[in-house]
Amino acid sequence: MNSVGEACTDMKREYDQCFNRWFAEKFLKGDGSGDPCTDLFKRYQQCVQKAIKEKEIPIEGLEFMGHGKDKPESSS
Amino acid sequence: MVKYFLGQSVLRSSWDQVFAAFWQRYPNPYSKHVLTEDIVHREVTPDQKLLSRRLLTKTNRMPRWAERLFPANVAHSVYILEDSIVDPQNQTMTTFTWNINHARLMVVEERCVYCVNSDNNSWTEIRREAWVSSSLFGVSRAVQEFGLARFKSNVTKTMKGFEYILAKLQGETPSKTLVETAKEAKEKAKETALAATEKAKDLANKAATKQQQQQQQFV
Repeated sequence: MNSVGEACTDMKREYDQCFNRWFAEKFLKGDGSGDPCTDLFKRYQQCVQKAIKEKEIPIEGLEFMGHGKDKPESSS
Repeated sequence: MVKYFLGQSVLRSSWDQVFAAFWQRYPNPYSKHVLTEDIVHREVTPDQKLLSRRLLTKTNRMPRWAERLFPANVAHSVYILEDSIVDPQNQTMTTFTWNINHARLMVVEERCVYCVNSDNNSWTEIRREAWVSSSLFGVSRAVQEFGLARFKSNVTKTMKGFEYILAKLQGETPSKTLVETAKEAKEKAKETALAATEKAKDLANKAATKQQQQQQQFV
């Protein structure tokens, strides 16, 4: 899968590979410590955050999980 | 006005396989409309939960009538954020996904909860809710309100016009309004002034002629 920053795709794939291994073998088995991917993640983030700013993608100031409050159900 | 969706799905795989697959599901034969995928935030909380924010860009496929109505939106892809919390201790995952552009046209929000299937603990169930909203609904309501207000005002004029013409046809002097009375008074005043001016002019002329006649007499 491509990154939104064309120059970041290789870094993204490298990080993804590291993450997927750690996620399945460590994190899901209860061992959330010692993330071996932090350096790869840092490099990847530097690249992609720059691309996001350049493309003016409005990801700033958005609360995690929306508002976290329960949304009302509405008829029709 | 919001359109609401509620659905439930089952995957015949264990929760840990599903959670791992969640991060590897793009690309797949059914995701041709997904153009890019990026993790833009990730952290492990003190209570061992994984928080992530994923940025996706997707094509903006609209029916042709929508393309004609919203030409400005056609050229732009949709940016979507997917926030997620993976809780391996409770074997659940919660996601919240929504679009961060084209929002004035339409906002779609989806909230999913993934957990172990209640009937078969080697399966995973997904409870999915979505809310589809558009601020265009507010515009159409405003148009309706305005249309009704203008119609009501026109009904009042219709009835007044009817009463007027009926009175006239039935030989009654239609009752005049204050404005009409004032207008008439104004016209009458104008006429009187004009008459007075004419009379004054006339008098002046007569006086001048008489003076001439008198002068001629003494020569």
